[in-house]
Amino acid sequence: MNTESTADKMIYDREITLRLPGFLKNMTARQLLISVGTPFMGVLIFLFLWAVLAPQVVTSLGAVPGPKQVYSQFTNLVDEHNAEREKEVAFYERQEIRNTKKLAKNPDAKIKVRSYTGNPTFFDQILTSIITVLAGFIMASLIAIPIGIVAGLSKTVYAAINPLVQIFKPVSPLAWLPIVTMIVSATYVTSDPMFDKSFLNSAITVLLCCLWPTIISTAVGVTNVSKDLENVSQVLRLSWWTHVRKIVLPSAIPMIFTGLRLSFGIAWMVLIAAEMLSQNPGLGKFVWDEFQNGSSNSLGRIMVAVIVIGLIGFLLDRAMLLLQKKVSWDKSVALR
Amino acid sequence: MLKSHLEITGVNMDFPIPGGYYRALEEVNLRVKKGEFVSIIGHSGCGKSTVLNVVAGLYQATKGGIVLNGKEVTEPGPERAMVFQNHSLLPWLTAYENVELAVKTIFKGKKSKSEMKDWIEHNMKLVHMEHAMDKRPDEISGGMKQRVGIARALAMEPEVLLLDEPFGALDALTRAHLQDSVMEIQADLGNTIMMVTHDVDEAVLLSDRIVMMTNGPSATVGEILEVNLPRPRERLAVSEMPEYNHCRHEVLRFLYERHGKKDKKVSVATETKEKSVENTPDFDKAKEKNSIKKVVDFAQNKIEKVA
Repeated sequence: MNTESTADKMIYDREITLRLPGFLKNMTARQLLISVGTPFMGVLIFLFLWAVLAPQVVTSLGAVPGPKQVYSQFTNLVDEHNAEREKEVAFYERQEIRNTKKLAKNPDAKIKVRSYTGNPTFFDQILTSIITVLAGFIMASLIAIPIGIVAGLSKTVYAAINPLVQIFKPVSPLAWLPIVTMIVSATYVTSDPMFDKSFLNSAITVLLCCLWPTIISTAVGVTNVSKDLENVSQVLRLSWWTHVRKIVLPSAIPMIFTGLRLSFGIAWMVLIAAEMLSQNPGLGKFVWDEFQNGSSNSLGRIMVAVIVIGLIGFLLDRAMLLLQKKVSWDKSVALR
Repeated sequence: MLKSHLEITGVNMDFPIPGGYYRALEEVNLRVKKGEFVSIIGHSGCGKSTVLNVVAGLYQATKGGIVLNGKEVTEPGPERAMVFQNHSLLPWLTAYENVELAVKTIFKGKKSKSEMKDWIEHNMKLVHMEHAMDKRPDEISGGMKQRVGIARALAMEPEVLLLDEPFGALDALTRAHLQDSVMEIQADLGNTIMMVTHDVDEAVLLSDRIVMMTNGPSATVGEILEVNLPRPRERLAVSEMPEYNHCRHEVLRFLYERHGKKDKKVSVATETKEKSVENTPDFDKAKEKNSIKKVVDFAQNKIEKVA
């Protein structure tokens, strides 16, 4: 394959010299066409089919919107967001002016500072969802990776937790949602809450679904440490901690990341569903609200949300890949 | 110095298999003097590596034991450093860091940082790897990896250096280079070395004594051959000496004779097996005669995997 591509390169280099940025520089024209052109064509065909087929399905909220309508809804959402921000700025300005006036009249006057309580816009909801999923995912990873390592190292621990993991793994985290909600509202009672209860509910639900794949993958990764390296560790009489740090963790990193990426993917899906179900702020709530709203724009706005949810899920996975590349010792492994 | 530095006394090694156990080693006895180079040679699967693993402490002998400098050996330790067949370097560390891990663990509190650095570099120089200290294992050749493996073992200042078919996976030229290196190092440091090999020439060239093992199951020491070749040995000069050819001939004769008697060995093994399967109630006696061959075959596969 190598010789072939060099041959291609020679031919194409002579014919066309393209000035291209970064990673594209070393490609021949044909490779470029395949690597950029093919996905582009795929998207184009999808958009075409969407545009043709969507208007033919008529619902009670009007025809299913095509790409054009969805795009205009997206710009609407951006405008609404900007308008809301302007309102917020104006609110604080008014408050500032009012208070300075009050103080000028009477220096001892009590001034009230209120924070703005406008509706969260689409972009606020995106941010909420991302923060929630990250919080749940990171907490779950901090719990699951150590458990996975211990389970991988000790057959006894593995035997002890395996039935629990196997039973809880297939449970939809949404089934946990009512229990989590009840427990959080019963136990998290403070006058000055650091987190919203809704945030905790969503984050803990995400946490519950992230635990299992990470525990299993980590344990498998740890049990697969090569016998030779274990022998080395024994001959050197490495302490338990050094053994874990120097031998177990680096060997298990690829499997740990497989688990983490699985978890993250599930987490993102679960979060949206949980937000829809429990009316916790976030993208899921946005979708549900639009559905309940039932205006002629609703379907378009929901579609914007669907695309955004997909894009964010994709970007989060890419971010995990980058992290894996950074942490993993073996840079030569093709990461997908 | 003590007369017998390392003693292997009456070692039996059994591995559990379904419906009984598989006896890999039976009554292995060997005494090694300080500074001696002993090779263990035998057919593949005969338990050569098992002997070495028992000495290393990676396996616990079922019966008998190992005494090093008057102390019994029950677990692995750096005084019996091992060079593994497939180098066993940590792929995520550079050559230097691989040796460093060993040095840091063993000389913690005994050497200062700069002393450790000097010691690591010294050992790298011994194996002629000072030019590639910052390379990862996947960036260097098989021979170089094995050199680093040897450097790591040497850096532990072992009483006994255990080499488990260290050059088996290398091409002939690289192997010759490494054999010369090992001879050089042994001449310098006077290490006691036990090496498992299946290469007759390698055994004759490097060893003071060659231990020839009978075929498994229930393998044991068959014959021990003294190699009275003057040191330092030079590959080409030595190969023309009558003693060299004599030793070579002796080892080959042993290996071929044993190979021919393999069937007899299996029947000896079945006797051992019968004793052990009698204790297992679920063993169908009616099928015993037919299945024994299967059990032995299974066990042989198993032991090859384990070793």
